Amino acid sequence: MIHLEKRPQPSKFWAGLTPVLAVIATMIAGGFMFWMLGKAPLEAIRTIFWDPLFHETFGPYSRPQLLVKAAPLILIAVGLSLGFRAGIWNIGAEGQYIMGAICGAGVGLAFYPSESILIFPAMVLAGALGGWAWAMIPGLLKVRFGTNEILVSLMLVYVAENLLASVSQGLLKNPEGMGFPGSRNFRDFPAAYNTELISGTGMHWGVAAAFVAVIFAYVLLTRHMLGFQVRLTGEAPRAARFAGVNPTRLILFCLGTSGALAGLAGLFEVSGPSGQVTIDFNSGYGFTAIIVAFLGRLHPIGILLAGLLMALTYIGGELAQLMLGLPGAAIQMFQGMLMFFLLAMDVLSHYRIRFNKTATA
Amino acid sequence: MTGDTRENEALLTLDGLTKAYPGVIANNKVSFSILPGEVHALLGENGAGKSTLVKMIYGLVKPDEGRMILNNAPFSPTNPAAARSSGVAMVFQHFSLFDALSVAENIALGMDNPPHARALSARIREVSNAYGLPLDPERVVGDLSAGERQRVEIIRCLLQDPKLLIMDEPTSVLTPQEVDILFETLRKLTAEGTAILYISHKLEEIRSLCEHATVLRLGHVVDTCDPREKSARELAEMMVGDTLHVPSREAATPGPVVLAMNDVSMKSPSAFGTNLHNISVEVRAGEVLGIGGVAGNGQDELLAVLSGEGRAQSGTITLAGDDIGALYPNARRARGLLTAPEERLGHSAAPDMSLTENALLTGAVRKQLVDRGFLRWGKTEAFAKTIIAEFDVRTPGPDNAAGSLSGGNLQKFVIGREVLQDPEVLVVNQPTWGVDASAAAAIRQSLLDLAHHGAAVIVISQDLDELMEIADRFTALNEGRLADPVSTQGLDVETIGLMMGGGEQETAA
Repeated sequence: MIHLEKRPQPSKFWAGLTPVLAVIATMIAGGFMFWMLGKAPLEAIRTIFWDPLFHETFGPYSRPQLLVKAAPLILIAVGLSLGFRAGIWNIGAEGQYIMGAICGAGVGLAFYPSESILIFPAMVLAGALGGWAWAMIPGLLKVRFGTNEILVSLMLVYVAENLLASVSQGLLKNPEGMGFPGSRNFRDFPAAYNTELISGTGMHWGVAAAFVAVIFAYVLLTRHMLGFQVRLTGEAPRAARFAGVNPTRLILFCLGTSGALAGLAGLFEVSGPSGQVTIDFNSGYGFTAIIVAFLGRLHPIGILLAGLLMALTYIGGELAQLMLGLPGAAIQMFQGMLMFFLLAMDVLSHYRIRFNKTATA
Repeated sequence: MTGDTRENEALLTLDGLTKAYPGVIANNKVSFSILPGEVHALLGENGAGKSTLVKMIYGLVKPDEGRMILNNAPFSPTNPAAARSSGVAMVFQHFSLFDALSVAENIALGMDNPPHARALSARIREVSNAYGLPLDPERVVGDLSAGERQRVEIIRCLLQDPKLLIMDEPTSVLTPQEVDILFETLRKLTAEGTAILYISHKLEEIRSLCEHATVLRLGHVVDTCDPREKSARELAEMMVGDTLHVPSREAATPGPVVLAMNDVSMKSPSAFGTNLHNISVEVRAGEVLGIGGVAGNGQDELLAVLSGEGRAQSGTITLAGDDIGALYPNARRARGLLTAPEERLGHSAAPDMSLTENALLTGAVRKQLVDRGFLRWGKTEAFAKTIIAEFDVRTPGPDNAAGSLSGGNLQKFVIGREVLQDPEVLVVNQPTWGVDASAAAAIRQSLLDLAHHGAAVIVISQDLDELMEIADRFTALNEGRLADPVSTQGLDVETIGLMMGGGEQETAA
């Protein structure tokens, strides 16, 4: 019989290896699922993981998409990881992402058709503020009344979605849009457009911001007192209070930072790849980023890699839908499997498996 | 071994029990016999293998080799239920009771086939009266004192009519008077033929209660004796296998008052905690103030109000004349008030973090380990290494997780971390709880040295011997109130017991 024995300290070796194992296990289980759907499993896996990067016809189109999709995921996940490290569970990044987009786009559209170079920076600021403010709602409720931030932040996603529906049909609707819902397209508004920095790479301001966020988070967590307090609070809350950590400040910092980064991601998305505020521009990055944060072990560098991998499954998944006629739900299942295997494999870094011939109590 | 005579009459015989864990042999060919009606002491330092041995007898751990014979029949329990049905019961050091349930409900939960509630309550009353352990089955456990909670555990065992009762550190939470009651009960049990396997660090108790002792060191049986014929010091040396270093101190005249608490009251943050009421006490430079009392009488809260985790009214706590009552932990540390809480894992140290990171935990301010918010890892690691070296912490290095250290080593690290920061006042709660004899001696010595160099030291402890050994003045916590301190010179057990039980309240100012 198998039993688990707790390691005296978590194994660094397994902590690094489990994401790789989880990806492999996902490929196997996913391949099995594709096979049951009547598709060739190897071909499906290849279409998802290989073709987007190296296919002759699709590669040049898909490759830039990798950064475009990964940037918001990384940006949001880095922010979330700070809170998750400290045991503060912001599940509502999707809402903060939408609010950042609405606020940032709102500021830009208010100045249409100005050509001032200050417009885009003002939008960035407004986007960050919008996300920050939306995250402050669960934050302040938690520190003031002890509400559960998981529930409040999640509920606020639905509020944000309804606000998005409202503004894209009302306040921010394109006056020249012949009655269609959705704002003006930022492509027609150069001063406010989140343009591609290096042509053909997908590199836009959001990608740059994501890289900066990764470096910032890395330095914070490994070199700064605040990062130490974040980790300590997550590892041993009582020891953190003993060490003089102010829980209120830490909760507001973690929620505020993750909200601001999610807001930024929303702004960069709406003013760039998406191009306009529409009822459904958001495409769920805020939720997927939770998977990315855990897939990356809540570590900034890990999140960078996990974001790229997740972006790949997005692009590859679309390609598989197109080429093999796989249903979209199967692709979502595939991403869910990744999260499932990752959490299951986690056991290996904290426990060692022992095989015993006889049963013990 | 005392020879065949013991084995022939034995209730339980252990023969060559061996259990190995990765990297350590917890028990190596352990053999001895327990006679019916005997109080058999199991002595040994922490890590000597006592708990592994007991777990094998109680069916929690399966031995790799060797056999056990109970009542002339082979005995190899695969789980505690099997051990219980063979007549082996155990009272654990840490209680496993639900605060929100009644005594009877708690007992029913621990039974394999509980009778109906009314019948069970009647049985509880009957047994508790028969053994002189008064206990109302309808009371809620959350309202019981530690001594009463232990009675719940003992009665839970007695209801099963055990032949062998294993007790792990049973007196650590009791007042001297409660210890007397417990010993009365145990003597009644042995008179009826029940054998007791008694584990304790308190050698005086073992000398007064036990007829036979088996001494374990590093997993081996190194000696057996009749503890009544040995002195406590001789017993300790058998355990350590070395001459024991007894903490020594030089007489010193106490200096000016450093820390003063004036009418401090605080509501406990936890529902089953104890509120502090009107605590007034002064501590002088160079003295050790010992605070006794049964667990759960406000020790954690007293430490919290001094560490800054809990805050008092402004003006009620002064350090060198400055009001610190409303300051946060690090502001207090900056002024020289350092503390070490009782719970090592998760309170005074973060178990999954490295020793270096744990050195930073309280050392950041006074050791200047942070520069404008940025951590100075080099300096922090050097500090951790200094603690490890000066306090003889046994670990491969500062990168190891705090949780991987044994209790004694981690405690040496925690105390060392505070002592090496040169405190004006050091407050420690249970500095040697669960720590082996030699580590405990080292910790006590370091506290005495600290006081000798002019710091004021407050030691909160439930170990009266420890307090008598190192404290200049003694006082006790009872239901969140503090008695007036008295000199430990010539203090008798009667007075101590009264202070712990709140009897001195009238004389308190």
